[in-house]
Amino acid sequence: MGEVIVFTSGKGGVGKTTTTANIGTALALLGKKVAMVDTDIGLRNLDVVMGLENRIVYDLVDVAEGFCRLKQALIKDKRFEGLYLLPAAQTRDKNAVSPDQMRTICGELKEEFDYVLIDSPAGIEQGFRNAVAGADRAVIVTTPDVSAVRDADRVIGLLEADGMDDPRLVINRIRAEMVRRGDMMDIDDVIDNLAIHLLGVVPEDEAIVVSTNRGEPAILNRSSRAGQAFRNIARRITGENVPLMSIEDETGILQRMARLVGFGRR
Amino acid sequence: MLGAFPRSSPKSKDIARERLRMVLVNDRVGVSPHFLEDVRRDILKAVSGYMQVDEQHMEIALRTRENSISLVADIPVHHVLRGAGPGK
Repeated sequence: MGEVIVFTSGKGGVGKTTTTANIGTALALLGKKVAMVDTDIGLRNLDVVMGLENRIVYDLVDVAEGFCRLKQALIKDKRFEGLYLLPAAQTRDKNAVSPDQMRTICGELKEEFDYVLIDSPAGIEQGFRNAVAGADRAVIVTTPDVSAVRDADRVIGLLEADGMDDPRLVINRIRAEMVRRGDMMDIDDVIDNLAIHLLGVVPEDEAIVVSTNRGEPAILNRSSRAGQAFRNIARRITGENVPLMSIEDETGILQRMARLVGFGRR
Repeated sequence: MLGAFPRSSPKSKDIARERLRMVLVNDRVGVSPHFLEDVRRDILKAVSGYMQVDEQHMEIALRTRENSISLVADIPVHHVLRGAGPGK
């Protein structure tokens, strides 16, 4: 029986889709069977980030409405054994699917996949409700700024009220030089305020832009530090103990790293 | 908030951290409509072992100033119980 993990944030543009795509691909490369689901109906992006936009025949709404079977809508990524994508619909909106339908679909996917990764839209309305409905665990993605962390806190509160406790945090787009100068909040600033467990930290990396241009997840780029960070996060999700990469730039300024990072149950 | 910032002019990330902290206090209190009522009730319970207070005119509030947030209690006291202590 697989695990359904939702990637959500509240704030838009912090990197949920990039995170979902890279972690999904990394898990597949670790030999897992992975289904990624794009629940951003009307504004689909996971297909583009994965480079699978030309392979879409059916989508999440088609499945929910019974227009096709789940298996018909799942796109098999030919580059990565065991990796599948269930795309969102582009011409409908978030009301086209209900939380109950999502629970059913996730239930079906869990039986066949080791991991089901749900890419949530921004916001806390219907789209968010749909995305979390079938999830076992939640990963909150944030950037180290006041707005994003504030929104993340709201989302964590909503998840806890829903009974989904122990969400894990990914801090994305951290810039070592700015942290060093005192112009960007660091890991502790964010964690101390949110009080949730850290899953990983991903540095700002031009390779992300390039990889999205190409439709090839950045984890394939061995020299991408963001790619490395995503690979580490995927390993932690499988239960492996992977220490935090040092968030240091070429000047070699080390950030505090002595902390427990992981995905286990506490 | 004396001492919250280093002696030199504060870095923007320190300002951000403090603003974030205060905004989260306000947000989290605001999220639950009964939050302050629950706090008020618990404070009343704690205090009643020591003194009799005017429950009706008791005020508990979150006061936000430019650089700080405080939980402020204004509790009119009728009388203090003789020999009062914890657990009574």
